[in-house]
Amino acid sequence: MGDASREIMRRARQQVPEWSPGQVREKLADDGQDIVLVDVREKLEWNEGHIPGALHVPRGFLELQIEEAVPDKSKTVVLYCAGGVRSLIAGSTLQQMGYDNVISMSGGFGQWKNNGYGFVQPRVMTDAQARRYSRHLLIPEVGEQGQFKLLDSRVLLIGAGGLGSPAAYYLAAAGVGTLGIIDADVVDDSNLQRQILHNTERIGQYKAESARETIKALNPDVNVVTYLERLDETNVRRIIADYDVILDGTDNFPTRYLLNDASILENKPVVHGSVFRFEGQVTVFKPYDGPCYRCLYPEPPPPALAPSCAEAGVLGVLPGTIGLLQATETIKLLLKLGDPLVGRLMTYDALAGEFNELRLFRDPNCPACGEHGHPEDLPTYAEVCAVPA
Amino acid sequence: MANIRLAPVLRASAGGAKQVSVEGSTLAAALSDLYLRFPALKEQIQPGEELSRFINVYVNDQDVRYLQGLETGVQAGDTITLLPAMAGGFD
Repeated sequence: MGDASREIMRRARQQVPEWSPGQVREKLADDGQDIVLVDVREKLEWNEGHIPGALHVPRGFLELQIEEAVPDKSKTVVLYCAGGVRSLIAGSTLQQMGYDNVISMSGGFGQWKNNGYGFVQPRVMTDAQARRYSRHLLIPEVGEQGQFKLLDSRVLLIGAGGLGSPAAYYLAAAGVGTLGIIDADVVDDSNLQRQILHNTERIGQYKAESARETIKALNPDVNVVTYLERLDETNVRRIIADYDVILDGTDNFPTRYLLNDASILENKPVVHGSVFRFEGQVTVFKPYDGPCYRCLYPEPPPPALAPSCAEAGVLGVLPGTIGLLQATETIKLLLKLGDPLVGRLMTYDALAGEFNELRLFRDPNCPACGEHGHPEDLPTYAEVCAVPA
Repeated sequence: MANIRLAPVLRASAGGAKQVSVEGSTLAAALSDLYLRFPALKEQIQPGEELSRFINVYVNDQDVRYLQGLETGVQAGDTITLLPAMAGGFD
């Protein structure tokens, strides 16, 4: 230490009172509400452990951030660093800024730990994750906490086809930690016009497994669980119970009804999407919060009006749009951000370039989610035909 | 005049039209006008007295089940949307 720094230290020690870690601990226990604890160390030090309840205002940003962190300058502010030196100097700065009751903890965090007092270690992202998700971390509404939430989330995709492909791709990119994919089909060349999770080399492979390969190559953080089976009464509740949000990309009515009833019994939100030729729809069915699928469609249409039974085509890009909208709603639900499409049916007319919205209501007499609902024994209309695989 | 929007599967019965202008101050009247022009639609939408259970009808953006059903008032410039369920997720 040079002369000048010694002088700074001496002055700070004169001006700023000190408490030992023991005293700080006692005061926190007695007057917790009136004391603000501020850690002035660097982020790396903070990440290795800090005192529970402390605010983090690194010395480098002290003048710039302290007034927002501690707006009330009459509060007792206890500063600490690693050894008790930086906190003293920071203390004199705070006094100059008008803080009346500033204390520095002698011995710092080092002494606190040596005394055996408790500390917490924040969850940290690896450097690779911090780089990969940096664009998320930069959004205030997402940030580190939001990204951790995504990494901890579990989303089930029913079908790795037209809707499931774009949705799974982007949810994986976003870092949704676990993606369940249920699909019993194999990749066919006619799928490649829109099912971008797959490619020419995967023809003949199980779609769920092809999906896993693509996802792992994009984002190794994502755990993909595959179910090489079809949803039916024997497995639906067991499978969906493990997930936070279900993304419905099915292509037939019986599965939609089955999924609906099970989601009510298991209380899971279902992000619904459907497409036909040039038009698509998206909505979120949140059990008991908004309507369910049966509130909207108590019965399926007769075969003549059920496009899935005809030789129907679809513009390849359209499920891309709708699947992405489903993925967006999923992220909104996971992060509790924005207004998910609960009770709102968003319709998209690709040719007109138009989005419209219809309002949906929960039907009080709905056989599934109404007052006297009995979702466990409703018909799923298995006799209404499905798309030929 | 109000505007009736038809979902894709209904358009074949309306000569391919996506939208049809109709007269009528209630939903029932507006639909009658529609059926005059496209009788095949009546079979699909309202074969009996009541609206078919699998088609949802919205006046502007509201489901008529929660308004006055067939007696829901319709004004000039209103949009009536006819929407049956779509299954396609397209595997």
